[in-house]
Amino acid sequence: MKTTRREFIKISGMTAAGAAIAGTVLGQVQKASESVNENAAEEHEWTRTPTYCEICFWKCAGWVYKNKEGQIKKIIGNVNDHHARGKLCPRGTGGIGAYYDEDRLKKPLIRKVNEEGKQEFVEVEWEEAIDFIAKKMKGIKKKYGAEHLALFIHGAPGKHFEHLFAAFGNENHAEPAYAQCAGPREAGFFATFGVGVGSPEPADMQNSKCIIFIGNHIGENMHNSFVQEVSLAIDNGAKIIVADPRLSTIAAKATHWLPIKPATDMALLLAWMHVLIYDNLYDKEYIDRYAFGFDQLKDHVKNFTPEWASGITTLDPELIRKSAYEMAAAAPSAVIHPGRHTTWYGDDTQRLRAIAIINALLGAWGRRGGMYIGVRKKVPNFPTIKYPHPHWSWKDITKDKYKNAAVGITNVLLDASLPDYPKEHQIKGWFIAGTSFINSIPDRKKIFKAMENQELIVVVDTMPMEMTGYADVVLPETTYLERYDYARDGKNRVAQVAFRMPATEPLYDSKPAWWIARKLGMKLGLNNYYPWRDMEEVLDWQFKQIGSSLEEMKQIGVKTVDSGEDIYLREGEDYEFNTNTGKIELYSTDFAEKGYNPLPTYTKHEEAPPGYYYFVYGRAPMHTFGRTQNNPNLNDLMDTNTVWINPKTAKLWGIENGTEIWLQNQDGIVSEFSTKARVTERIRPDSVYLVHGFGHNRNLLKKAFGKGINDVPLITNIKVDPIMGGTGMRNNFVTFLLEKPVKEEEVES
Amino acid sequence: MRYAMAMDTRKCVGCGDCVVACQTENDVPIGYCRDWIVEAVQGTYPDTVEMHFKSERCNHCDNTPCVRTCPTGASHVIEGGIVKVTPNECIGCGACIVSCPYNARFVHPEGYIDKCTFCDHRVALGQDTACVAVCPTDALIFGDLDDAKSPVSIALKNNDWYVLAPEAGTKPQLYFLK
Repeated sequence: MKTTRREFIKISGMTAAGAAIAGTVLGQVQKASESVNENAAEEHEWTRTPTYCEICFWKCAGWVYKNKEGQIKKIIGNVNDHHARGKLCPRGTGGIGAYYDEDRLKKPLIRKVNEEGKQEFVEVEWEEAIDFIAKKMKGIKKKYGAEHLALFIHGAPGKHFEHLFAAFGNENHAEPAYAQCAGPREAGFFATFGVGVGSPEPADMQNSKCIIFIGNHIGENMHNSFVQEVSLAIDNGAKIIVADPRLSTIAAKATHWLPIKPATDMALLLAWMHVLIYDNLYDKEYIDRYAFGFDQLKDHVKNFTPEWASGITTLDPELIRKSAYEMAAAAPSAVIHPGRHTTWYGDDTQRLRAIAIINALLGAWGRRGGMYIGVRKKVPNFPTIKYPHPHWSWKDITKDKYKNAAVGITNVLLDASLPDYPKEHQIKGWFIAGTSFINSIPDRKKIFKAMENQELIVVVDTMPMEMTGYADVVLPETTYLERYDYARDGKNRVAQVAFRMPATEPLYDSKPAWWIARKLGMKLGLNNYYPWRDMEEVLDWQFKQIGSSLEEMKQIGVKTVDSGEDIYLREGEDYEFNTNTGKIELYSTDFAEKGYNPLPTYTKHEEAPPGYYYFVYGRAPMHTFGRTQNNPNLNDLMDTNTVWINPKTAKLWGIENGTEIWLQNQDGIVSEFSTKARVTERIRPDSVYLVHGFGHNRNLLKKAFGKGINDVPLITNIKVDPIMGGTGMRNNFVTFLLEKPVKEEEVES
Repeated sequence: MRYAMAMDTRKCVGCGDCVVACQTENDVPIGYCRDWIVEAVQGTYPDTVEMHFKSERCNHCDNTPCVRTCPTGASHVIEGGIVKVTPNECIGCGACIVSCPYNARFVHPEGYIDKCTFCDHRVALGQDTACVAVCPTDALIFGDLDDAKSPVSIALKNNDWYVLAPEAGTKPQLYFLK
C-alpha cells in the first residue's frame, strides 16, 4: 500500500491487508502523568489555568498552558477529573484551534438595509447591539407579553441566558440536545427506573463483563471517559456485542457484531427479552425484589422468538440467542448502554424502554459492572429575588400532546413560531446561544417559515455559523478558553465540581455569555436579578457553599466532594424507585394511565423504496456536531465526509472509491454539495452512511465551506415521538446522483 | 538504552488525538504531521470483514537508510536509538524521504526535513512522548527495551506483535500488538 500520509489521515478509507483483531489484550496501561507535564511546563516557564472543555458536552476538566508571552500552547487533561482521567480527546487537545480560528466572530453585528436597499451586517459597538436587543425585547413584551419569546440553547452559555429569561418572565427555553438527541432515553429510563440517564451515562463499563451497544458507535462518538472505560473493559476481557448496520469502530472490536437491518432494533430487543425470560436466564431474585409487571412482560414477549426477529432484522436467530446467553452469563456485570442520540424512528422512547427493561432483566441497574447510581454535589445558585411567574410557558403548549416531555421541545417552540399558530401562544422572537439549530433540527421549510414570523432573532456564538446568517443581531461570544462559566457539577461515581476560568484576555471584541446576559439584563431593568459585579464574585460565593473558594479552585480545577453515598445497591437492600409502584416498572403504569403502550412493542417502519438506501448518519471522533469543522486543528484531521457505500451497491451504480456524488432523498431534496464515495465492506448493501456536521454553506467558515454533504437538509421525513416529542430522523432514504444536478438558483454565497 | 514504541491495534479507535497532541507539543504546522492514522480493512461483508487502526510514525530503526543516505549528516542517531534531523544542517535534498520505507519524513515549510523525534525533549525529563501521554485508550506504549520492566518490554513479552515492512531490513522499533 503506497500513499502519502496526508491522504491516510484525510481519506481514512483505504483497504489494506491487516492483522486479525483479537478480542482481549494484556496490554500495559500507562497513565498520563500530570506532574510530568507540569515539569515540562516549568522547564519552559509556562503557567497553567484550569478549564473544562466546551468542544463537546462531556466537559472534561483540563489545564491550559501558556508560554511566557501569554500564548496558549496546549491543553491537557486533569488527572483528578473523572471525565478526563488525565487525558483529553482529539477535540479537547485541538480545542486550542477554537481560540486561534481566524474566522471567529469579532464584533457585534446588526442587520441593516443599505442605500441600495440590500440587507447587510454592520459592525457595531456592544452598547448599540445590547440597546437594540433590549428595545426589541421590551417591544415584544409590550405588544404580546414576555412569554412570546423563545430561547434556544446548548452548552455552558445556556445557563446565563436561562437566568436572564426567567427574570424577564419567560420559561420558553429548549435545546436540540433533548428533542433531537437524548430525550427518548431520558423518558424511557425514567418510566422504568424512576430516574433518567444523565451525562455521563452511568454505565459501569470499566467493571463490566459484557457491554452491549445498539447503534451506539463508541470511539466514533469520542466521549472521553466512556472511551477510556471501554478500553479498560477490553483489557479485562469483557465481551462486546454491537448491533449496527455498519462495521463501526466498536463493531470491529466486538465479540459479536450483529449487522442489523436499519429500523428493526426493537425486534432484536424483544427477542432478547424472550430468550432471557423463557430460557430462565434473567435475574429472578432481583426481579422478584425490585420489579413490577414481570408476568405482563412475560406474556407480552411470548411470541417474540429469535426466529420471529430474524425475519425482521435479517440476523441469524442463533446469533440472537447466543448473544442473549452471553449477556446473561456476565449478568449482573452486563449493561446495554442507553446510547445518546436516540431520536431515530419516532417510537424511540419505547425502544429505550426496551433497553431499560433488558438492563432490569439482567439485574444490571445499581450493580457493579451494570449501571451505577450516580452521585453529585450541587453547587447552589447565587441568591437573587424570586423570578416573576409567567402567564404561560412551554409546558402549556407541549404537555397535552407530549405528556412525558421533561423540558422544552425545540420543534414545539418552532411550531409555535409559525404565523398560523394560535396568537395567544405564538412566539415572536428568538434568542439563540451556542446552537446553530438550522443544522440540528430537521424540517428546514418549517424553520424558514417560522423565521419569517419573528420580530427579533439574536444569535450568540463564537463562530459565523449558518444560524448567524439569519439573525438580526449577532453577538460574538468568547471561546471557553477566555471566560468564566458556572461550574460543572453533574453526576458521576464520586461527586466532583469542575471549574473554568479565562486562560487569557478575549481575542477581538468578544465577550463572555455571563457578561452579555448581565449587560442585557441591566438594560432591561432587571438589576435586582444581578446583585453581583462579575462571575468571580458569584463563583467565590458558590464555591464557599461547598467548602472551597475561587482561590482554591484556581489551584485545583476540580474539587472532589465525598458524598458518602453508595453507587451500587447493597446485597438485598430495600430500595424504593421513583415510580408509581416504587418498583422498576417493566410494565409502565404511568404510560398505561396516559394512554401510551405500557409495554414496548415492534412497529414496522418504512422501508427503502427501490433504488434508494437507508440513510444512516453518525459521528467522527475528531468533530462535534457541526461546530468544529472550521477549527484549524480538527479540520486538519478530517476536512470532509464521504458517503459509505457497499461494493455490491457501488457496482450497480458504477461508483468507485473516490467517485464524486450528490445525494437525493425520497422527497427529491438534493444535497447542496457533492462529496466522494467511500466504497467499503464495512456497511450493509441496503444502507449508506455519512458523518454528520459537514457541508457548511456559509462562506465565512473558510475552511469548512462547501466541504462534504450536510445530512440535515436530506432529513425531511420526520416521525415525532408521541411520548416526549423528539424528532425521529432515520426514516429517510437516499439515492445517488453522479452528475452535477441542474439548479434553478445558484448557491447563495 | 533502546527506546521503542508499541501500538495496540485492538484498542485504538483512530481518533487522531496522537496527531493533534504531536502538532501542539512540537509546533508542527497545521497541514503537516509527524504521526498519522491508518485504517486497515480486509474481508467482505458481512462474515469476514474486519478493521483495525494503526497510529504510525518514524520507526526509529536500528538500521537507518535515512541516516546512511543523508549527504550532510543532518540525519543522525542519538542516545537510545532516536533518529533525529538537525534543521540547520539539512539542505532539504529529500534523499532520506526516498529511502524511508515508512513514508515518515516530510519537507517542513521552512525547507528542512522533519519527522517524529520520539519527543526526546520530554523523554529526557522522564516523560512519555506527547502521543503516548494523550492517548485516550492507552493504545500507545513507550519505553526502554533494555529495561525488562519497562511498559514496552512487558507489552512485547505478553502479546503477539508485528512490525511494518520487515523485508526492508531496517529493524524498526515501532511494534504493533495484535
